[in-house]
Order: sequence, then C-alpha cells, then structure tokens
Amino acid sequence: MIEPADATPAAKLDDAGTSTDRARPPTLTEMSHNAGSVRSMTRPSAPGASTRALPAVDGTEPLIWARGLVKRFGDFVAVDQVDFDIEKGESFGFLGPNGAGKTSTMKMISCMSPLSGGTLRVLGMDPAADGPKIRSRIGLVPQEDSLDLELTVMDNLMVYGRYFDLPKKVIRERANRLLEFAQLTERANDRVDPLSGGMKRRLTIARSLISEPDLLILDEPTTGLDPQARHLLWDRLYRLKQQGVTLVITTHYMDEAEQLCDRLVVMDKGTFAAHGTPRQLIDQYSTKEVVELRFGADEHENIAPKLDGLAERIEVLPDRILLYATDGDETLSEVHRRGFTPVSALVRRSTLEDVFLRLTGRTLVD
Amino acid sequence: MGYFAYQYKRTWRSSITTSFLYPILYLAAMGVGLGSLVDKHSHTVDGVSYLIFLAPGLLAGTAMQIGGNEAMYPIMGAIKWMKTYFAMLATPLRVVDVLRGQLGWIAVRLAIVSSIYLGVMAVFGAVKSWYGILALPAAIMTGMAFAAPIAAYSARQERDVGFTTLYRFGLIPLFLFSGTFFPVSQLPVWLRPIAYATPLYHGVFLCRGLVLGNLSLWPAVGSAVYLVALVGIGYWLAGISFKKRLIV
Ligand SMILES: Nc1ncnc2c1ncn2[C@@H]1O[C@H](COP(=O)(O)OP(=O)(O)OP(=O)(O)O)[C@@H](O)[C@H]1O
Ligand SMILES: [Mg+2]
Repeated sequence: MIEPADATPAAKLDDAGTSTDRARPPTLTEMSHNAGSVRSMTRPSAPGASTRALPAVDGTEPLIWARGLVKRFGDFVAVDQVDFDIEKGESFGFLGPNGAGKTSTMKMISCMSPLSGGTLRVLGMDPAADGPKIRSRIGLVPQEDSLDLELTVMDNLMVYGRYFDLPKKVIRERANRLLEFAQLTERANDRVDPLSGGMKRRLTIARSLISEPDLLILDEPTTGLDPQARHLLWDRLYRLKQQGVTLVITTHYMDEAEQLCDRLVVMDKGTFAAHGTPRQLIDQYSTKEVVELRFGADEHENIAPKLDGLAERIEVLPDRILLYATDGDETLSEVHRRGFTPVSALVRRSTLEDVFLRLTGRTLVD
Repeated sequence: MGYFAYQYKRTWRSSITTSFLYPILYLAAMGVGLGSLVDKHSHTVDGVSYLIFLAPGLLAGTAMQIGGNEAMYPIMGAIKWMKTYFAMLATPLRVVDVLRGQLGWIAVRLAIVSSIYLGVMAVFGAVKSWYGILALPAAIMTGMAFAAPIAAYSARQERDVGFTTLYRFGLIPLFLFSGTFFPVSQLPVWLRPIAYATPLYHGVFLCRGLVLGNLSLWPAVGSAVYLVALVGIGYWLAGISFKKRLIV
C-alpha cells in the first residue's frame, strides 16, 4: 500500500534550438520616408501623450497604451520606463538581444505579469482590474511552449478552447481548421510529448488562435521552425492582419521583422534604443550599403585599423569586417587599391541586422 | 465552467486502477490472512473481526495517500516542468480557478477510488450500516485534509527532496499508527495524544464509525469539523502559494 510518491520523470522541456537558416536577402518594402527624429514612440496624433494620465476615450484610444512601464524582479530592473502605443490593426515588433526585457514586456501586455510601475491599458481596459476579460480577447504564443505533453494534439486544442468557455462544437470545428494550417492533421490523435520541437511550436501557434483573438502576442514564434513553416506562418499572420487582428511580435530574425512589422522597437537593457518603421531605422542608423570582408582567422583585429577612413563606420566581428558606406562597390575597389586581398568580399544593402548591431553592439543570433 | 472536467482528463489514465487495487490486496492479505490469526486468538478487535476492523481504516488511509500523492509531484511539476498552469493563466482563467481545478480533480479522483473500494467492502460484508454511505464524503474529506495543505507546500518547492521527507516522516508513520491497523489504545500512553491529534486518526475514526454504524454524534462532529478546518486552511494557504509562484 505504501507506494513511493510516483516519480514523474522530469518532463524535459522541449529545447527547440535556434534554427540558423535565414532566408536572404530580404526584400525591403520600399517606403522611403525620411526618418526624421523618432524620439517619441507615440503617434503624431497624440501630442504630449506621455504627460497625459490616460488616453482619450473617444474611440481613438490605441489598442495598447503604455506609459512609464516598469518591470522589476527584486532589485533588478528588467523593463525600465518605456512608453509605447500600439494601434488597432497594426503589427508591432520588439527586437533586442537576450535579456533585453522583451518577454517581460509581453507578459505584462498579456496580463499575466503585474506591472512594477507605470500605466498600461490593453484593449481599453486596465490589466490589474480586467485581466480575465482582456485575456479572453488575446492569443498568446509564449516563448517556452506550455503544451500539455500528456494529452493528444487535438485534446490540447479542446482543453484550451474550454478555458475560453467556447462550446465544444465550435472548438472542434476551429481545431480542425487550425490543425490543417499547422500541418498537424495527421498527428491529431497522437500524444504531444514525442512530437518534434517545430511541431510543438506549430501546435502552440495554432492553440493561440483557437479563441479567434483580436490581439495576438507572439514571443519568438518562429524559433525552431523550418524555413517552410516560417513562411507559412508569415503568410498566415499577414492574413490575420488583413482581417484586422493586431499583432505584437518579438523576434531574433531580422528578415521576419522586416517582413512582418509595420513598426518596431529595438530594446536593450530594459529600454528602447530606437523605434520606427524598418525603413526608417535603416535610413537613420545605417548607411545605404555594406561591404563585408573576410580575412584569415584572427587577422580581423589587425587589419581593421588599416582600413580607417574607407567607410563611414567600421564594425569588427569575430568572423568578418563590416564597412558601412554609401557606395559599396567604390569602397571595395578602394580596399583592393590599398592592397588588401580578403578571402571573400560581398557588397550588400543595409538591413535591420546592421541597425541592431549598431544599436546594441551585438549580432542578433548569438 | 466545464474546463475543469477537461483538465481532469489530463491525468485520467494514470493509475486509478492501481490506487484501488492496492487497498483491496492489503485487505485480502492483512484482513483475511492476518485476520484469521488475530481472530483465532482474541476473537475480536474492538468487538469486530479483524477484517471488519481493518477495512474502513484502509479506506481512510488510502484516501490520505491519494490526496497526498496527487498534491506533490503533479503540482510541483505543473509549475516547474510542464508550465501547464501558465498556459491556463494566459486564458481568462485566474489563479484561483487553476487551484480549484487542481484540488477539484483530486477530490474527483478520491471520490472514484473511495466509492469503488467502499463497494468492494460491502461485498466483503464489511459495511454494517447504511451510514456507511457517508464514509464516502468522510474519505474524500480525509484525502483533501492532506491534499490542500500539501498543495500549499508543493507549490513552493523547487526540488522534490521535501516530498521524500514528507512521505517518510509524515504519511507513512501516520498510515501505520493512526488507528488504521490497530486501535490507538494499543499505543504507549505517551504516543496516544499525538495519534489523536493527527488528521488521519479522525478520518479513520469517522470512516470506521460510519461503516460500523456505532458513531456517537458529538465526537463525529468534532472530527468532521477538524478535517473541514484543515481543508479550509490548506486551501487558503495554497491560494497564497499559488499566487506567489504563478504571478511573477
Ligand atoms: N521571473 C524572473 N525572475 C527574475 N528575473 C527575471 C525573471 N524573468 C526575467 N528575468 C530577468 O529579466 C531580464 C529580461 O528578461 P526577458 O525574459 O524579458 O528577456 P528577453 O528580452 O525576452 O530575452 P530573450 O531574447 O533571451 O528571450 C533578464 O535579465 C532576466 O534574467
Ligand atoms: Mg524572451
């Protein structure tokens, strides 16, 4: 009768790993506004918003409205006084290196984590007072999958739908469609545990859509997905956006940010280092073109100083040197003229990756 | 709020059968085997045959084990390993809903196992009174009197070492010495007050009194209040633990 407390094996969280595939080169949407100054994240239609206690209640209130948002863990400040507005129907990105505070921000927006300071309004409501009501209209893809590994794929969707108090019939009908989209129809009656990391990720994404949310919050949605699944998701997100769903996305993939985000912020150490449209950010923080030079191992540190004056800015990475210039070909010719013979050389257009590197001093995927 | 029912499905498959098979095996081995020996020498224990004496004790003891077990690994695991609670909290559910769902599931499980076992007892002829039906809620309360406080404890655990200790120095001694296998009056005088203070003693007292139909009102009320109070305090503490661990 005395049985040992059943030793449930430590359910190992699926370690999706970071896929290194990067669909390149990204095609930038050409919307060359001049960046101008983008000090304030708030829309021009809301001048002086940061000093106002609450947003307008005349129907123009943004879907998410944050002022002086703070998240502390003990003495550590994970999110430090950030302001932002996210409008209805917009797709808004948070980029930033590991530990920047993206997930902490997502958790506050999704009303799972209380604020340590500041004001936040989501869907016109106060998360502290109306958490359940707000959450009923939000779909969340958390950074770490939180599927029920003991249940089948289908049951995961059914249970989750029941949490939203949806009728079973509705859930089943939506679940079938979502499984189709997630390409998991054949696995519908399999247990979740043995599924691959990418399949679990797809199921998590499908699950977030079961309640047909007005606001979809995706914390690194495509980490661990293969290129085909990523493109499928982008397409799906694009369609949701067209239907009026507001998207909030964090990502470590620049091409994803460029594809998906109308506006984005680059976060570093809990604050916003920059914000704007992808195009604005590139115009403001990078040059038009970039020359990438590779020399032999360990030579980069020595060679870089000798290239001084060739470009507006030079960035030395462990595996290559980046020269930021207006005319890449011209710069490359000059490099050759000075007698350097790189193992390989490439002239490309500036991307968000370069913006990121400039602002945070780090490459995106460490 | 049908979502609880679905949440129950989660651990449905896990060993419901084994949890009532164990007490029945015990009952067969101890009650019939050992019981025949006991009965041959002293004829009765507290006025009834050993099998009849033992059966309700095992009912309460099993309820304690299930209540305790289900509130240990499954709860710590849901917080630390599985993140299932966090998935629930991304939906309209609140922390109290999660807690109620979890405890509600334990109560359902207790109800299933206890009613099957009680049925088997009836077949063995170990249920002497119609009050025996009330032994079912008594067993559930016994289980919950352990489940709720242990849930409060488990939710705070980072590792499982505490559970082994809880088992070794808590549940197992209680199981053996709270009047399950022999009357507490057989214990040394100095140990008896400790036995009387344990929740399992009161669970056993209620279950046994009800199936034998020889319970007197006020002691029964006292024991029931004691168990209900433990469930209430445990629930309150578990609410605090759950909030602390789940809202960060
Ligand atoms: N529950 C917690 N307790 C203590 N510190 C925390 C907690 N959650 C996050 N932090 C800290 O807050 C900081 C920001 O974490 P956060 O998860 O928001 O970063 P992130 O931008 O999402 O990073 P990543 O790209 O790695 O996901 C980190 O330094 C992290 O250690
Ligand atoms: Mg994160």
